[in-house]
Amino acid sequence: MELLLIIVLGLLYAGGVYFILRRSMVKLLLGIMLLGSATNILIFVLGSIVKGSPPVIDADHDTFSGIYADPVPQALILTAIVISFALTAFAIVLLKRVYALVQTDDLDNLNTPEEEDI
Amino acid sequence: MTGNHILASVFIHLFIAIFQLIAWRKTVTQRILSVGGALVGLIIAIVLFQQVYLHGTYTLNAANWAAPFGIVFVADLLSATMVLLTSIAGFSVSIFSSMGISRQRMLYGYFPIFHFLLMGLNGAFLTGDIFNLYVWFEVIIISSFVLMTLGGRKQQLEGAVKYMAMNILASMFFLTGIGILYGITGSLNMADLSTKIQEVENRSLVGITSVFFILGFGIKSAVFPLYFWLPSSYHTPPSAVAATFGGLLTKVGIYAMLRVNSLIFIPDDFTKKLLMTIAVLTILTGAFGALIKTSVRRLFSYLIVCHIGFMVGGIAMFTKAALIGTVFYLIHDIMVKTNMFLIAGLIRQLRGTMSMEKLGGLYREYPKISLLIAIVLFSLVGIPPLSGFWPKIYLFRDSFSQHQYVYIAALIIGSLATLYVIAKMWAEAFWKETPPGITVEDKFGPLPVYRKILLVLPIGILGSVSVYIGINAETIIQVADRIASELIDTSSYIQAVLKK
Repeated sequence: MELLLIIVLGLLYAGGVYFILRRSMVKLLLGIMLLGSATNILIFVLGSIVKGSPPVIDADHDTFSGIYADPVPQALILTAIVISFALTAFAIVLLKRVYALVQTDDLDNLNTPEEEDI
Repeated sequence: MTGNHILASVFIHLFIAIFQLIAWRKTVTQRILSVGGALVGLIIAIVLFQQVYLHGTYTLNAANWAAPFGIVFVADLLSATMVLLTSIAGFSVSIFSSMGISRQRMLYGYFPIFHFLLMGLNGAFLTGDIFNLYVWFEVIIISSFVLMTLGGRKQQLEGAVKYMAMNILASMFFLTGIGILYGITGSLNMADLSTKIQEVENRSLVGITSVFFILGFGIKSAVFPLYFWLPSSYHTPPSAVAATFGGLLTKVGIYAMLRVNSLIFIPDDFTKKLLMTIAVLTILTGAFGALIKTSVRRLFSYLIVCHIGFMVGGIAMFTKAALIGTVFYLIHDIMVKTNMFLIAGLIRQLRGTMSMEKLGGLYREYPKISLLIAIVLFSLVGIPPLSGFWPKIYLFRDSFSQHQYVYIAALIIGSLATLYVIAKMWAEAFWKETPPGITVEDKFGPLPVYRKILLVLPIGILGSVSVYIGINAETIIQVADRIASELIDTSSYIQAVLKK
């Protein structure tokens, strides 16, 4: 399971980096989204995955014995997903507005020269 | 000591923002709420600072979960100082905004978002939990995105794309760093991390993690290879917004660097060299960038980058004297940079432009305002006894004893370039006659007196704080000295959080 996740993780990071290096705004957005998912899975993997041992203490014990599934990384990922959802929603609207104004998807065309400043 | 009141400076801005959301489209109510609320926030911050200064660090365990298990909020002297500075800057900007922001922008919720931004800043300064710091960073950037794009001019949106992409990327690096850090230590509490990170056997993994944090905070604070988003976006939003961004947002990166590098990743030789190289290149590129700009706000944007390098260099040396210099410079820089962009906004009101080629004759027409601006410019350049002068002494002296001669050279070049561009700007905008063929659209002259006061007063407030910092440097040095010793020897912070 871990090996599979690590391979997925690498692919997501590679794809994300490839996309954000492109000049298209939409691909930039896709790249950011891929990197975000990759980071979430990274946190998940680093929280050491175990099967069938929930973080519940037995009635006859006071503390945990042995390895258990750590709930903290999942809480972190949940928070990160919510945040990146909001950011992505904002980014999509922003890019749509920019496209309506500039009429291009090319990041290199986003430079209004200094002479047109107010 | 525990005290629930340390979060008051966060909640006050939350409540202001909520009340303003209720008063949607009632711009007068929003303005009164904003200025009044920011004043209350300032008083709260002063009280908090005084308490922390007299009684030491205050902590608050959220929902009473004992540290390191719950989220902990810590008000040590560095945090309290940052909250105080944020409140002074926030109060001034809120007065300026009540006049300097157009009604259309207010109708689309400028004021609530502005107060959410201040809430995020105060939260980031007060938290003692590294993941909570990330969450506050996100509160800050989502608010800043909205402020950046509010109004929807073409330049604004173009700048916002770069700003958004780089800031989301920075958060991603930061989050990756937190993930790895949790993986190798199993803790998120910064005081707890400070002890646990030393027990990690795989030191190279710790080194790699620290690079993620440097990358994340480096983008936020705009250091050398990562700063290009700043000069291409900070000149686009309204000046009140640019003042908040220029004064406070990049400094959050510096604050986070100070915090994380003092508690978790105490700089080793490699990190020191890396930070020093970054600092020197940041100063030089910022200075040279400022030299060729002809628009006042673009010039100020490059000066932000240049002066960030001064502070990163102080962190790179990581001795007590260097940290005193860094902290003092941070205090000075927040006040002065906020003021610079407010001045840019005032110049725009006076002349309808911010391009130095079209400006001129300000000193002849408005001698009193020009004098006020001159004092601020002097303290930016660091003319003794004003505020920019004192921290540089510490940075210079300590870099001599550390044999960091390249950094000294960069400091001198950076300071000279600052002097040169400010002198150039003064000559072009204030002393020179208005160039022939330029029609001046003076929006300031016909305004009623109270509106004029609302525009000039915040510059006066921040200017007098700068003068106070300069003349009363001894007190500020005492504060900076205590902060620096708390950063070098973190045992009091750890003790206050973990109650050992």
